[in-house]
Amino acid sequence: MEDYYESHKGQVEWQDGDYTVTRTTVWSGPGCHDGCGVLYYTKDGKLEKVEGDPDCAYNQGTLCMRCLEMPEAVNNPRRPTRPLKRVGERGENKWEGITWDEAYDIIEAKVRSIWDEYAPESIACMIGTGRANCWQVPYLCYSAFGSPNFCLGFLSGESCFQPRSAAMASMNGDFLIADCSQQFEKRYDTENTEWRVPEIIVNWGCNAVASNSDNFYGGWIVDCMQRGTKLITVDPSLTWLAARSEVWLRLRPGTDGALALAMLNVIIEEDLWDHDFVENWCYGFDELAERVKEWTPERSAEICWVEADTIRAAARRYAEAKPAAIQWGLPIDQAVMGIPTAQAINALWAITGNTDVPGGNIIIRNAFDQNVSYNYGYNNLPAEVQAKRIGAEYPLMSKAGFSSTAHSDSILQAIETGEPYPIRMLWLTSTNPIANMASDAPRVFRAVKTVDFVVVNDLFLTPTAVAFADIFLPAAMSPERDMQRVWWVPLRGMKKVVQYAEAKSDDTVVTELGKRLHPENFPWDDDKGWTDNILRTETPGYDGGYDDLCNRDVWVYPDFEYRKYEKGLLRPDGQPGFNTPTGRVELYNSVFSLWGYDPLPDWAEPSCSPYASPELYEEYPFVLTTGARSFEFFHSEHRQPELTSRELHPDPLFEMSAKSAAELGLHEGDWCWLENQRGRCRQKLHVNPSLDDRVVRAEHGWWFPEREAAEPSLYGVFDSNINNLLPQCENGVTGYGAPYKNQLCKVYLCTEENSETLPSLHVTKMGGYSK
Amino acid sequence: MANALLIDYEFCTGCHACEVACKKHLGLPQGQFGIKLLQDGPRELEGGGWEYNYLPMPTSLCDLCAPRIAEGKDAACVHHCPAHAMRFGPADEIAAAAAEKGRRAMFVPTV
Amino acid sequence: MTTNALLIDYEFCTGCHACEVACKKHLGLPQGQFGIKLLQDGPRELEGGGWEYNYLPMPTSLCDMCAPRIAEGKDAACVHHCPAHAMRFGPADEIAAAAAEKGRRAMFVPTV
Repeated sequence: MEDYYESHKGQVEWQDGDYTVTRTTVWSGPGCHDGCGVLYYTKDGKLEKVEGDPDCAYNQGTLCMRCLEMPEAVNNPRRPTRPLKRVGERGENKWEGITWDEAYDIIEAKVRSIWDEYAPESIACMIGTGRANCWQVPYLCYSAFGSPNFCLGFLSGESCFQPRSAAMASMNGDFLIADCSQQFEKRYDTENTEWRVPEIIVNWGCNAVASNSDNFYGGWIVDCMQRGTKLITVDPSLTWLAARSEVWLRLRPGTDGALALAMLNVIIEEDLWDHDFVENWCYGFDELAERVKEWTPERSAEICWVEADTIRAAARRYAEAKPAAIQWGLPIDQAVMGIPTAQAINALWAITGNTDVPGGNIIIRNAFDQNVSYNYGYNNLPAEVQAKRIGAEYPLMSKAGFSSTAHSDSILQAIETGEPYPIRMLWLTSTNPIANMASDAPRVFRAVKTVDFVVVNDLFLTPTAVAFADIFLPAAMSPERDMQRVWWVPLRGMKKVVQYAEAKSDDTVVTELGKRLHPENFPWDDDKGWTDNILRTETPGYDGGYDDLCNRDVWVYPDFEYRKYEKGLLRPDGQPGFNTPTGRVELYNSVFSLWGYDPLPDWAEPSCSPYASPELYEEYPFVLTTGARSFEFFHSEHRQPELTSRELHPDPLFEMSAKSAAELGLHEGDWCWLENQRGRCRQKLHVNPSLDDRVVRAEHGWWFPEREAAEPSLYGVFDSNINNLLPQCENGVTGYGAPYKNQLCKVYLCTEENSETLPSLHVTKMGGYSK
Repeated sequence: MANALLIDYEFCTGCHACEVACKKHLGLPQGQFGIKLLQDGPRELEGGGWEYNYLPMPTSLCDLCAPRIAEGKDAACVHHCPAHAMRFGPADEIAAAAAEKGRRAMFVPTV
Repeated sequence: MTTNALLIDYEFCTGCHACEVACKKHLGLPQGQFGIKLLQDGPRELEGGGWEYNYLPMPTSLCDMCAPRIAEGKDAACVHHCPAHAMRFGPADEIAAAAAEKGRRAMFVPTV
């Protein structure tokens, strides 16, 4: 029997019985932060099946459940078929179907009236995390609306990769990722690449097999394990990876920085650092050594709830392994001390000589130097408009160019106070803040209700759409769009294989609207034209356009070099060294120093914690952490009951230890209230025997598309919403970081008496929570 | 020779991809499975460390992907396993592979 | 082939826990610890009628393949006590051949 995939090698489209098979790539939504190679099976204009493409080095034919179930989302009966105009009050879920031209007419008129009566900067645009519209919507904001105010959808402290990005960029002049050979199309073929199996991979606050975060496919860690890699895992819960780790550090949520500082202390005190790399390529080692002197394992052990000897064991194992890689996750960002924590962890791989070496943490740039992201089109704004970006007081975020954005929390405050100027219009594409990103969901609910005009452009009618949208625009899903996407490597083409009703791709919507408002900034005809333009003008290393990428190459890997700092490949002047002011990895961050920030890593207690707020802890005796990912969901996506995701994971789950559950008389499957001084929500108990008795983990992103859409239900979005319990606008001094993962709560059983007023009613009709 | 399915449960992460790939292959509705993920643990071991394993188990609906195999494809679960923890083939080859290392299981759903 | 393997005929495993307990006794395990753990799929009603309902005992990391018992000329404790005669222990090649004789059988190789 001839191998089926061999027989179709090199083809981008073929027939398989009644099916047309198309080789392309995917990107959310629906989906995640990865862009796997897939084979779409379509018949009579309908997507019937999705399979992983064995030819694609990224996922090597494998695929996770969210893409395997994609037809359930694409063909979902709940998808709106055409643009909608609100006819009732906001929250009543009353709509009138209109044409795209009617929708554009309304939006254009509104934008022009804001331009005339206020200023372009009174329009803010937001998206969800890691999606396939991370340059289209910024471009719309800057180049069509003329506003500098683009950010992620009320993501407090921009705490999703951006704090780590900003720390890395300022310390190294570049971004670094754990090296699992993903930059090579030949992957694990060590005879033909310089890649080496990491001796140790540290899973730091990242359960990559479930999260597949930031263009890192979790299966790669398992691939490395099968080739000999050993693991160290830092996580409050025993993940599957933690169970297979030589060292599991079960730290108290929010104390990652203290742990990293103690590991630095051990490595420096015990002389386990790489003298050659530090002396030749680092700046500020002595200052770092002085700073971490006080961070003994004993001190951090008390803070982190991890044995001092376990911290020592992890530090020694990591420092002595050659090479070793750190794969980190969102808990770093989702703390007020996010930036200093990222500095500390970055210092770990730097001083152990793991920077840009095979199997270490490698310096990576977007394939073929394509740099269209959150800043795409920003230069079309006059300098005086750029200067008005909300959050300008945070230069690291708003000015430095490290995937800079406006400051979400400050935009929320601008909506609430009119300072520094009012926000009159919100454009929300594929973001569902009150279900997901808004750390204080009730507060954002109340604020956005006051914005004059809100456009929601999404896959489904979400709680956000029902609560706020004046105009709803149905967005195309992955198999319905022609576009390109790059995040590190490879450069990927995406090909449209089906059309759903009147849904349009982000590229199409932004182009069509942009042409009405600022045609000079939109010289291309359509989505394919825009893709072609980006490939030909913004992707200097790639020799081709739309057709070449989407209909021939599908994905392309650039060449990759290790130890680029030795070869003069990092700096614009072509000299060896890093692209930083000192030309070295800045353990002492000279850019931070210039802006008045602490140039060295540090750590401080979260404001709500057993030690910082003992009186609160007495009433709310559990440390609450949120946001851990499950296999079934990408944040607030995949909640439609028709999806296999909901079949396998029907209810919101929170976890506590068996001992704590027993003490409270609670049992597996009990619906419970989680409550603190801010608010409450209800989730179902899953006993997790691996948790510290003092820790509770709760899920995020829950809404219930099967429940009533109109308020007060609003798809039940507040009923199980852990963001009833979280604060907003509590950030680090840089503006980055927010305490999503380190709060306090108490837990009690749901009864009829205590469940009379559900949170959705309490928030939508009674002005409840976060007062 | 019967065909068999190898699971390397040292590396199965419990991601559900095999379950969903199989559902799509067999066209199964909600609540039905051709392969079902089972779980042992997490359970703390007296001597330190944790027992925590996943094991996908073929059900009575598993057709051993006969139509896919006939087309020169691999079994749907094996093809999509992100951890490369599964393999399908003649029972003797799978048995030999199973005996190469520990924490492996071989299933013979039907003969 | 010197590797040993464990055969489970899950067509006949009743979920009686005898293997779990026999193994606990053999290994001297306290409460909460297992050398073989009973997993369960179902009961789940099948669309085409009937029910999916299977048990599958899975050896854990504590399984010592009953090396001391085997050395004494005994069978593995779980196999010995299985009331359904649904288990068998032996050289992997023999077990593999037995597994391939009929469906709904699984072979485990806990260690090599």
